[in-house]
Amino acid sequence: MQLTERHRKYWRANLRLTGTLLAIWFAVTFGVVWFARELADIKFLNFPLPFWVGAQGALIVYVLLVRHYARRMNELDEEYGVAEDGR
Amino acid sequence: MSRAFANRIKKYYSFYTGAFVMFVLALAVAEYMGMPDQWIGWTFMAATVALYAGIGIVSRTADVTEYYVAGRRVPAIFNGMATGADWMSAASFIGMAGTLYAKGYDGLAFVMGWTGGYVLVALLLAPYLRKFGQFTIPDFMGARYGGHTARTIAVAGTILASFTYVTAQIYGVGIITSRFLGITFEIGVFVGLAGLLVCSFLGGMRAVTWTQVAQYIILIIAYLMPVVFMSYQVTSMPVPQLVYGTVLEKVTEREEEIMADPAQATARDAYRARAEEIGRAIAALEASGSNGESLAQLRRDKETAEAKARPIHHHAEPFPGETEAERDTARLNFIALTFCLMVGTASLPHVLIRFYTTPSVREARESVFWSLFFIFLLYFTAPAYAVFAKYEVYTNLIGSSIVELPGWVASWAKLGLVKVEDINGDGILQLAELTLNPDVIVLATPEIAGLPYVVAGLVAAGGLAAALSTADGLLLTIANALSHDVYYQMIDRQASTTRRLAVSKGLLLLVALIAAYVASLKPDTILSMVAWAFSIAAACFFPALVLGIFWQRATREGAIAGMLVGLGVTLFYLVGVKFYGMTKWLGITDVSAGIFGIPAGFVTIWLVSLFTPAPDRATLELVERVRYPSLRG
Repeated sequence: MQLTERHRKYWRANLRLTGTLLAIWFAVTFGVVWFARELADIKFLNFPLPFWVGAQGALIVYVLLVRHYARRMNELDEEYGVAEDGR
Repeated sequence: MSRAFANRIKKYYSFYTGAFVMFVLALAVAEYMGMPDQWIGWTFMAATVALYAGIGIVSRTADVTEYYVAGRRVPAIFNGMATGADWMSAASFIGMAGTLYAKGYDGLAFVMGWTGGYVLVALLLAPYLRKFGQFTIPDFMGARYGGHTARTIAVAGTILASFTYVTAQIYGVGIITSRFLGITFEIGVFVGLAGLLVCSFLGGMRAVTWTQVAQYIILIIAYLMPVVFMSYQVTSMPVPQLVYGTVLEKVTEREEEIMADPAQATARDAYRARAEEIGRAIAALEASGSNGESLAQLRRDKETAEAKARPIHHHAEPFPGETEAERDTARLNFIALTFCLMVGTASLPHVLIRFYTTPSVREARESVFWSLFFIFLLYFTAPAYAVFAKYEVYTNLIGSSIVELPGWVASWAKLGLVKVEDINGDGILQLAELTLNPDVIVLATPEIAGLPYVVAGLVAAGGLAAALSTADGLLLTIANALSHDVYYQMIDRQASTTRRLAVSKGLLLLVALIAAYVASLKPDTILSMVAWAFSIAAACFFPALVLGIFWQRATREGAIAGMLVGLGVTLFYLVGVKFYGMTKWLGITDVSAGIFGIPAGFVTIWLVSLFTPAPDRATLELVERVRYPSLRG
């Protein structure tokens, strides 16, 4: 079938969301690791900061990213009329 | 209807969790009344395996959709638990805390890699694969890139990545059963095999899914309980994840003291002397042209002694090393490993096919969230385990008299997991004189915390659940790739449902037997190859899957070339570095070979696609269909 302008907008919105969340994923993982030695003297909750990020902080961010994506995409489906019928 | 179904399932599993807790409490009472340890071990094993078998029998099925994708009606939260159990292997459950104990900060590559990969699954793959809605990953390759070539390569990649992995799980089952039941390893392997087949043989994915949910509940209770108790004893706070920062500070203080202690230095010097002595023996043997086996053993001994002679680093210090260059290489390896584990997580077929089983795209997205949440519970506890164990060892073991060591040291020394050697002969235990097998951290924590034997039995049952659930998922993936993709799609498209399922089950049995046989040989190479599965799967599948969804222009020729080049580069680097002493590129270890293979795959697909004719109308429509949960105009 032919895609409408609305469909294309939905896909672009999806790509924007995916790109933004992947950028956060990348920064939290590789950004912090790259500067780990420089950040090692900063304390957070009694942990050295890079250790805390690797052991807990990054993981919490991952969970939140996936949760946000699921929520936002399910909303976008409704907004652009591409949601599945019924549940 | 699906709401009512979800509610009924919720009721079943709440009741089940309650019953399991009661069962553990009843055993605790029995132990208090004098039930011997061996009986407790047997009761735990028998009860849990009987439970899995029961679920397997109740879920038996003769329907293709039920057998391959559990009828596509697994609610998001339960698919999350099943994915969690599917994902967390014996290595995660038993080995991870030990790796973190040994490597400190550098071990966190596993923690981040094995959770962060789910962000890629959620954003780039799961919803689209669910919308595609077939049965296997080769199915997607076959449909998107047309013809049998792409499908065949994907089948080969699936088997390559999954088989070594499943062998290692069965090996893990053998270790656990032999340790806790007192039977020999080989019998343990085949007992484990029986435990596996009762779940998957009768009911395929449907049975495996519902057993995995049950296994997740057991494994997470078993993992959290000992460390919660230990945290309560050390800090009087039962939330280990929150309070181990203060314990880490104490460990750091102890590390300073240990480094300043002259007695520690004498132990290290003694090991350095031994390493030099072995070095001379090796040189003499090499000069006389002696055989390889004893030489290889001597080299390993020399490495062990050298490692013990080295001064320790702080647990939380990132990328320790003697020189700036060494530290930079360590950082590069950390990043490469994390990247390969993440992309590998998002490419392992046994994980991806789980997202075919949800009722809708919407639930597939939610399901990745639940999967990651349930996996997160274990992975963010593992570093706490390591720190608590280190605290215990550094404060209560190191520096005490060797004849007065606590009881758990002796009991695990009997099994060869703990070794103590008074190399400098002063009768006091120095850090270098203690050797801990990584597995002992999780297995011995109940005893270290002084908990009753029931908890040790619970941990063993949890380890068994982790190994069995992963092995089941992998076995099913291999058997389905062979039966569905090779037999049904390529050999006999007219095969009846009964025949397809019969072939599936026959292959399942065959693959399971081969894997058990290989595991019973205890092959060292197979075990070290498990970590390769991630690089192999990542380089073979990830570029073709992602570009297949996000780039309509990706062509059949591009994908075929990309998969072959990605796989080829990865295997070339792995085998070259591991077995032929090839010079490492940028100092990257063989485990992270995917760091070269994945980009090679992407670039190849891109270049070849641009030089080949664009995909036909039907393929473009397939991509459009996959991108939108529903297309109504």
